[in-house]
Amino acid sequence: MELVVFVLAAAMILVGAVGVIVRSNPVHAALSLILTLFGVAVMFVAQNAHFLAAVQVIVYAGAIVVLFLFVIMLLGVDRSEDLSSEPFEVQRPLAAIVGLGVIGLVVAAVVSSRDAITVRGTGLNVADTVGDGDTNIKQLARSVFGDYVVAFEVTSVLLVVAVVGTVLLTRRVKGSGKDS
Amino acid sequence: MNALLGLDPLAIGDLIWAPLLIILLKVVVIFALGLLVTMFMVWFERKAIAGMGNRIGPNKAGPWGLLQTLADGIKLFFKEDLLPDRADRFVFKLAPYLAFVPAFLVWSVIPLGGDFSDGKDGLVEWFGQTTRVQLADPPVGILLFMALSSVAVYGIMLAGWSSGSKYPLLGSVRASAQMVSYEAALGLSIATVLLLAGTLSTSGIVGNQGGFTDWHVVSTGVVPFIIFMLAATAEMNRPPFDLVEAEQELVGGFNTEYSSIRFGLFFLAEFMNTVTMSGIIVTLFFGGPQGLFDIPVIPGAIEGTIWFIAKVLVFLYVYVWMRATLPRFRYDQLMDLGWKILIPASLGWFMLMAVLQLGRDEGWNRGVVGIISGVVIAGCAGLMSAAVRTSRANREREGAMF
Repeated sequence: MELVVFVLAAAMILVGAVGVIVRSNPVHAALSLILTLFGVAVMFVAQNAHFLAAVQVIVYAGAIVVLFLFVIMLLGVDRSEDLSSEPFEVQRPLAAIVGLGVIGLVVAAVVSSRDAITVRGTGLNVADTVGDGDTNIKQLARSVFGDYVVAFEVTSVLLVVAVVGTVLLTRRVKGSGKDS
Repeated sequence: MNALLGLDPLAIGDLIWAPLLIILLKVVVIFALGLLVTMFMVWFERKAIAGMGNRIGPNKAGPWGLLQTLADGIKLFFKEDLLPDRADRFVFKLAPYLAFVPAFLVWSVIPLGGDFSDGKDGLVEWFGQTTRVQLADPPVGILLFMALSSVAVYGIMLAGWSSGSKYPLLGSVRASAQMVSYEAALGLSIATVLLLAGTLSTSGIVGNQGGFTDWHVVSTGVVPFIIFMLAATAEMNRPPFDLVEAEQELVGGFNTEYSSIRFGLFFLAEFMNTVTMSGIIVTLFFGGPQGLFDIPVIPGAIEGTIWFIAKVLVFLYVYVWMRATLPRFRYDQLMDLGWKILIPASLGWFMLMAVLQLGRDEGWNRGVVGIISGVVIAGCAGLMSAAVRTSRANREREGAMF
């Protein structure tokens, strides 16, 4: 059962990921991205991380990709692009090299830490009592708002700075005549 | 495996035939009921609006026109299915299903009944098997509703874009902006409820609302309920927030180019959303199937369903009433309401409830906690309104038209 779920979800993720790259229409590429995100959510559910799965769908599929689509529609760049043209000569071979390198690193990491994965809870510091959905959330909350609270707060400050910066950059004061 | 699928207590232990049959039966009955309820909702809305407008409304198909929706559905099936030349064929065909399926799936997490008296926790006995009157009770219950409502945006958005025409595109751009911005207020008012319930599962939320004073509408102090109600109306694109399909400005909005049963699916999805959203409101704020008093004679297992239906009917009527009476908002008013009033208000109220909860847990002096949080909230509200006023003054000075 677990294998079936894994194979189906992995197929979803891969098909979506390839779709993002090869579809010539930006809207279709964004839709492929949603497929990938849903595949990842299924993987989370299969690992008993229900909360992460729900958040994955709400935040990524429900907000971020909607924002992508919104921008694509608003800017009117939703026409098919010619994928064979190459605006920046070295980027494709470079991308291939980087991609292969990342695959190599992941495989090496999995191979070298095989024992830690099979013997549960020794190498990776995971709680081995799965429990119901609420304990799952409590553990998450404890680490986000307890152990890593400084990083969490700093990130939220960063986001606020980004928002304020965006507003300042897009807002042109009329009559100053500098940039309009 | 049980936790994985969020199944009933039924599925624990060996999966034998009787429980499997009950689950299958539940799936069929609940979804068939969903469609049937939606059908009558359409009739109810038309009839009620006709009554408020001093008209007769549908009265030809069946007794009191009850079968009008069925007749319309059959007619839609036989109409020509148009596909615009400039449409994106695949996405155009996909969009109605993206709107319809999430609306349908929300049904599965709403507790439609059950016996919550005497600590029975909503479990009922059917044919010697203990189960819930609810299709699935996943541990993240209410988040599943949030996830589905955020997926529902795609149906409308892609429908408008894939039509390859101006007005539907405008409608869908409006829809995505509106639904994404109101989702924040929706989520924050749900968070206030979760703070008191202490669980995400819908049956747990219902179980937490034993008597009238425990109903979350009372115990969270009405404000989250009002915010949820407004945000939910905007999320469903119902009047007075139906700018997505404003006929006077956008021809028909996102579904202008749709015809035949593809239009029918959008139509059904909209009405089904109204019904499920009323169900969610009842579950979150009005104790779901929990009754105010014990109805004599009728057994507890059925009583819950009666209470649930009665409460949902009230909200369905309120939605129809709002549609019949309130004029449509202007787009900037809609965004102002969402971002400058609902989101700050829900955030402030959430923090107030959190402080009160913490004070209760830690045994702080209630009066001091109340006074300090009152002062802080008044200060924040003052700052917020000053900021809004300043920005409006700035815009007017720069010569903006609104």
